[in-house]
Amino acid sequence: MRDVLTGIPGTLEVRDLAIARKGKALLDVPYLCLDGPGPTLILGPNGAGKSLLLRCLHGLISPDHGRVCQDGIVLNADHKARQGMVFQSPVLLRRSVAANLDFVLKRQSIPRAMRKQRIAALLSEGGLEGKARQSARSLSGGEAQRLAILRALALEPETLFLDEPTSALDPGATQVIERMVLRASAKGVRIVMVTHDIGQARRLASDIVMMQAGRVVEHGAAGQVLDAPESAESRRYLAGGLVT
Amino acid sequence: MQGFASEFNQALSLILQGDAELWAIVLLSLRVSLFAVLISAAIGMPVGAALAVARFPGRRMLIILLNALMGLPPVVVGLLVYLMLSRSGPLGVLELLYTPTAMIIAQVVLVTPIVAALTRQVVEMLAEEYAEQLRSLGVSQMASVPVLLWDARLALMTALLAGFGRAIAEVGAVIIVGGNINHVTRVMTTTIALETSKGNLALALALGAILIGIAIAVNAMVSSLTLRAEREGLRHA
Repeated sequence: MRDVLTGIPGTLEVRDLAIARKGKALLDVPYLCLDGPGPTLILGPNGAGKSLLLRCLHGLISPDHGRVCQDGIVLNADHKARQGMVFQSPVLLRRSVAANLDFVLKRQSIPRAMRKQRIAALLSEGGLEGKARQSARSLSGGEAQRLAILRALALEPETLFLDEPTSALDPGATQVIERMVLRASAKGVRIVMVTHDIGQARRLASDIVMMQAGRVVEHGAAGQVLDAPESAESRRYLAGGLVT
Repeated sequence: MQGFASEFNQALSLILQGDAELWAIVLLSLRVSLFAVLISAAIGMPVGAALAVARFPGRRMLIILLNALMGLPPVVVGLLVYLMLSRSGPLGVLELLYTPTAMIIAQVVLVTPIVAALTRQVVEMLAEEYAEQLRSLGVSQMASVPVLLWDARLALMTALLAGFGRAIAEVGAVIIVGGNINHVTRVMTTTIALETSKGNLALALALGAILIGIAIAVNAMVSSLTLRAEREGLRHA
């Protein structure tokens, strides 16, 4: 299916999206189109609505108003089945590392022999080869997040959403995650990732969505948004000032 | 004082010499309570898990009711099961009164609310943690029940052991529906009550010691499973 506006498969569009609680607008996005080939990074201060937008794009939250479309069609179960999501704090099943991956593969009715091969390949991809039988809950923060990404990739998603996956990690672990994200992007997985780390946005982003107070204040190519921001909010955020 | 010492010695020798009557009573008690807990698990766990994940009008009231049922007075349960199974009752035709099956039924009524309520608590905590992740993986609300039950298995074992502790130590219900018939429905608790009233303290003390031993073993298992569940992060789900 091709998007009616851009013609690029897997294009995500947001129209008139609004979420409000107790009279306060948490999200107010009249229009947003994510159609770039490389990673899209959603950047902004805490409380800007980045994670809320990501959850709407993945269909985890139904907005009060408006809709999310993929390929010009309102987000449906088929679309969601081709999406994966990694949360800020990895939620791992209380099983072994391999069983966490097997859970996802089994749901796709993949035969046991093939599942074993896929698990071995995924563990190798994430550098977790020696930890297959270890309890997933005993992994370090970086390893746990790598497993969460591998589990999402086991779905062979068209789109992978990541909600600040490195916010609690040290630079070394962050670098490993960023390499995984770039490898997935190079293989054709559309990446939509939330961060408040400007350096990370510079390292990964093809295009950047800058958010503030529930609104998209700027969306454009990474170089343009980071080096020559158009909005005053973006300029303040990138300058390290307090965005109010 | 000498009398007590002599009763203790006799009790000890009954246990150590493998007194056939004593061990038959112990085995019947274990058989009745284990069956009751297994049936309660089969009913209580899915009910508790469904109650944890489903959202419907009256759910809160049902949870309050379930929690209240955990404190059901055993004699009242015994009376109700007696009325159901007695010759003029709706299930009288089955002729189950004064059989081990009647005792199992009574214990199931007592234990199922405990298993269901504890399962609901454990699974609800886990469901909150897993909710977004499972939805993201395309797992529906009802399909999440077996996933949650499996992942909460350590904490659920604690719930089952708590249920077993309640069943094995219970006397009021089983004496009403079992009738405390020698070699048929006489279990540890009912024997202790009877033998004490008869002044046969040695058998009562021996059974009491075994019952306390079972209670300590069950608590040790609960404690060890709780520790393991905490290490796995279950208690902080």
